[in-house]
Amino acid sequence: MKAPEFDYARPASLDEALRLLADGGEDARVIAGGQSLVPALNLRLAAPPVVVDIGGLDPLRGIEAVGDGLRIGALVRHAELARSALVAARCPLLTQAIAHVAHPAIRNRGTFGGSLAQADPAAELPACALALDAIMIVASRSGERRVAAQDFFRGVYETALAAGEILVAVEIPALGADRRFGFAEFSRRRGDFAIVGVAAAATKSGGRLASPRIAFFGTGDRPQLARAAAAALDGAANDTNTRKAAREKLAADLDPVEDSTASRAMRLHLAGEALEQAIDALWREAA
Amino acid sequence: MSARRIRISLEVNGEPVEAEVAPRQHLADFLRETLGLTGTHIGCEHGVCGACGVRLDGAVVRACLTLAAQADGGAVETIEGVSDSGEIADLQAAFEKRNALQCGYCTPAMLLSAQELLLENAAPSREEIRDHLSGNYCRCTGYHAIVDAVEETARQRRGGPA
Amino acid sequence: MTERTSPLSALDRPNSYIGRAVPRPNLGRLLEGRGQYVSDISLPRMAHVVFVRSPYAHARIVSIDAADARKGKGVVAVVTGAELANVCTPWVGVLTHLKGLKSPPQHAIAVDRACWVGEAVAAVVAASRAEAEDAAARVLVEYEELPVTADMDDALAAGAAPIHPDFGDNIAFERRLDVGEVDAAFAQADAVAEAEFVFARHTGVTLEARSIVADWNPGEQRLTVYQGTQAPHMMQNIIARHLGLAEAQVRVLCKDVGGSFGIKVHVYADDMATVALSKLLKRPVKHVADRVESFLTDIHARDHRCKGRVAVRKDGTILAFEIDDRTGIGPYSVYPRTSAIEANQVVNLVGGPYAVKNYRARARVAFQNKNVTCQYRAVGHPIACSVTEGLVDRAAAAIGMDPVEIRRRNLLPDDCYPAESAAGMKFEALSHHAALEKILAMMDYEALRAEQARLREQGVYRGVGIASFIEVTNPSAAFYGVGGARISSQDGAAVRLDASGAIVCQTSITEQGQGSEAIIAQVVATAVGAPLERVRVILGDTDNVPYGGGTWASRGAGIGGEAAWRAGRALRDNILSVAAAILQTEAAALDIAGGEIVDAEGHARIGLDEIARIAYFRPDTLPPDFQAELIATRHYAPRKFPFAFTNGVQAASIEVDVRTGFVKLLRHWVVEDCGRVINPQLVDEQIRGGVVQGLGAALFEHCRYDERGQMLNANMADYLVPMAGEMPDIEVAHVETPTQESELGAKGAGEAGTAGAAAAVANAVNDALAPFGAVISEIPLTPELVLRAIGAIS
Repeated sequence: MKAPEFDYARPASLDEALRLLADGGEDARVIAGGQSLVPALNLRLAAPPVVVDIGGLDPLRGIEAVGDGLRIGALVRHAELARSALVAARCPLLTQAIAHVAHPAIRNRGTFGGSLAQADPAAELPACALALDAIMIVASRSGERRVAAQDFFRGVYETALAAGEILVAVEIPALGADRRFGFAEFSRRRGDFAIVGVAAAATKSGGRLASPRIAFFGTGDRPQLARAAAAALDGAANDTNTRKAAREKLAADLDPVEDSTASRAMRLHLAGEALEQAIDALWREAA
Repeated sequence: MSARRIRISLEVNGEPVEAEVAPRQHLADFLRETLGLTGTHIGCEHGVCGACGVRLDGAVVRACLTLAAQADGGAVETIEGVSDSGEIADLQAAFEKRNALQCGYCTPAMLLSAQELLLENAAPSREEIRDHLSGNYCRCTGYHAIVDAVEETARQRRGGPA
Repeated sequence: MTERTSPLSALDRPNSYIGRAVPRPNLGRLLEGRGQYVSDISLPRMAHVVFVRSPYAHARIVSIDAADARKGKGVVAVVTGAELANVCTPWVGVLTHLKGLKSPPQHAIAVDRACWVGEAVAAVVAASRAEAEDAAARVLVEYEELPVTADMDDALAAGAAPIHPDFGDNIAFERRLDVGEVDAAFAQADAVAEAEFVFARHTGVTLEARSIVADWNPGEQRLTVYQGTQAPHMMQNIIARHLGLAEAQVRVLCKDVGGSFGIKVHVYADDMATVALSKLLKRPVKHVADRVESFLTDIHARDHRCKGRVAVRKDGTILAFEIDDRTGIGPYSVYPRTSAIEANQVVNLVGGPYAVKNYRARARVAFQNKNVTCQYRAVGHPIACSVTEGLVDRAAAAIGMDPVEIRRRNLLPDDCYPAESAAGMKFEALSHHAALEKILAMMDYEALRAEQARLREQGVYRGVGIASFIEVTNPSAAFYGVGGARISSQDGAAVRLDASGAIVCQTSITEQGQGSEAIIAQVVATAVGAPLERVRVILGDTDNVPYGGGTWASRGAGIGGEAAWRAGRALRDNILSVAAAILQTEAAALDIAGGEIVDAEGHARIGLDEIARIAYFRPDTLPPDFQAELIATRHYAPRKFPFAFTNGVQAASIEVDVRTGFVKLLRHWVVEDCGRVINPQLVDEQIRGGVVQGLGAALFEHCRYDERGQMLNANMADYLVPMAGEMPDIEVAHVETPTQESELGAKGAGEAGTAGAAAAVANAVNDALAPFGAVISEIPLTPELVLRAIGAIS
């Protein structure tokens, strides 16, 4: 199980990386941590003519406070994110979710940007980005553009990144002191990709939860916002009827596929359980 | 410039190494085939079994998911390195005493992962040990003895009785 | 239970290593990454072989165009099945004692037809594995797809198209057994419980994949094979036979092996192709299966569907068992052990722990277009145990009896031996009741039941499951030899005193991590009277060890250990003869302890080093008619019983999350009786490892195929093996009933853990789900299966 031959370059600047990528054509691939690309290479599921290693681009590193929000460099490794006090303080959803991402050795190497650009529909971080209304900062030779998370994920391993573009950073907007989070995931074993999971955010407003954003993963070809369920929760109190109503809306929000891991009914059921756990967490945090 | 052969220079177990590698060669093959460091094992080559664990710049990573070219400028430590330095002698002794290995194929990476945990957490619970080792497959032992050995090493390092 | 009569045998002398948890002598190198696995071996001029594999489950090979591949960088050769058939003859995986078993000839590389996805259709040999893979992708194979029969029941259906047309049907083997008055027993029963038990197909997933380096040296006309194998002499014979060589021309070396569990005891087409390619190309050739290849071509196991019925009286007396078992084995019966053994074992073992006279069984073994199945750890045991123990629990439920109580009333009494099961299995001495009482105390059964009831009121669903089992160990020639296979049921050991006074033992058993080296050293040290650290064990080399079977079917300690014991005792006698000559006394007045010759009072008279010095360098000082013999060789094969049955019981405590269907393993207990325990720590760890393989089967492992015969999860991300995070701590204890057949009294322990773990968990899950009226008869117990059973999803 050895990768096919490819050319490799490790540019020293973003400009150089973008030029190499543009020169490499449609099938050129970017490598950062390599935790998704290298297995695909080893299994010969990917055969890019050229692999551009952005691991040396220092401007893509680091986690910084931007206003009341956060800017997370694409090269920030999962382990670094997990240890970040800034992330824990400003965006505990990510701290919570990252513990579910694979295993320590993968988290030591895999990157935030890599996980988002990979866009595995069963992965945790794309759903978090969606729940957090994150903005993807995308660079190309013609400049930078900003893409909202909900426009970024387009399908299985498919994003808004065009050939020649690199995800350089992610901005998490200011969340407000009253923003609360919930995360739940069901996977067969620790660190496995989820059968179903959910990342949720809502604002504590009096005895109510307002403006909830509920993003599921493992339920479709991309992370999905459960808008109807969120609407059912918006402004509602913490009672069983609301939870039941929200859960019932999932059938409208989600259209999970059947595959060898789980049936459609199973995924919908677990989505409901995940939603209830996430609602519990939102209320617990809001208490 | 992109290329089919890449010159790399790195440190392996404290020694400088200069080599020319094919971009497609992963770090595990580089260590095993080019440097003869066969203590790094290959179990699945797609990042799941954990047998190829090595330290790269201080963190345990999957050598099968790291291109040798990506290790350029880095510092790699393998089971041979941490054995020769004596860094994990106590952990190895605990594994031996507790028979926390059978075929030994998972053992080098299991030891590195366990050492990483012990450096982060001086008093891990059994649950925390299981969690940290949850990406290292062992088909032989059933894990119980491994958890015992890691727990015992932590206790001894905290000054507890042997 | 039976006790040995002598108060203090040679086995339990004060300086005995028998029964002591000494560390294994070979761990140091493994802990430092200095082991030598086959995948680590590199020889001068060595080339790598990669196989082009059929993407179809059933297809005729119309043509193979290798012209483009041959131009690939580094390519040495591209070889088709027809070409390789000139070097390596085909084989047929049948045994004569499995009457009616049939299988067609199988080639190292398919010649004109591929019968499963993954079967090799061509070999590419190149300077590196990567280059061989590059070229393999350039081999153009034209296939004509043939009808696929993937499911075993489709294969067995009346009128099903036979995969091998000459056979007329897809039944590879069928066995029927009818003992006692089964129909009458069911007619008399107060209750009958029945179920169809479904066991997923799974596989061994050794962490080191199958690996082989073959080195044909035309200069000396000899083939040296480095292989991770459990049976070097068997491989020597088979390689020689199919390459047209004399056995003496083949040397098989087995160094460190990265896990085997039965996976590495079979003859694989890839391995035969590799040795044949080495002979053809006159240079060393290496094949290390990659993980995908492992999933597609390592033998699979289980894949049984077994209908079962049990007849029970209100007082708990079990009157009869009846089973109808089907299994699919792929397109070929695997050579040379055959793929009928697992079904045959199911018939042999169902009902085995119980004093039940009436038993009817049928087993059908079907050809199908999936990868082959064969013997993997605890062959047939988990199926027989799950069926039996599942039926016993269902019978108990049907009459409202506690699962423990029904076992107490039906397990073979501990004083009934020798005894025979309804299936005709002969038991020398077992200890079911002692084991059951011991495990109940360990787990505090009553407290668990109380906790279960308390938690159930809070909506927490815990379950407790029990599974008693019997285990086949120490197989005699009845297993394979009588069926015509050249698989040795005996083992040999040669023990010698070297010139420094240290002891060297060459044994025919092999080491794959069980601790073979350790227990042989312990046995030999004890037998001779030498310190353990002065004993060195040599194994895994057909040029350098006595002839023997190797390590499989839990035979290493019981058979190899006994041979070593007898050889060690013989050497001791020889050494004492030398000592007597030197000391001018009677050998009978002397003993060896701690490496010293001691007199009747225990006083040291002369060291082993001095004995060796005199015998080797100053024989002139010995009496003129005296010749020292400082090597002794002994062989041993069990003769009185076909198998040394052991017994045991497992218990599981689990919790089902009825909202998600997830099963959490809380605790697991095992009590087993492997006779004389040579090294308790090694036995315990064999059992724990075996339990976790059984827990993997219970919850996770499943080779999923679609109806086209495509394996859907041939990778480690999708084939779920048990990992540390989900596994429980496992408490192990023993009852010791040594076999009287051997001096050592050891039976095997390698299957026990796997034999009963899934049954205990399945019973526990059904116990937890009892309030829902749900009963599941299928493993793996996936969350989805649980939710469907309780009606949470439909």
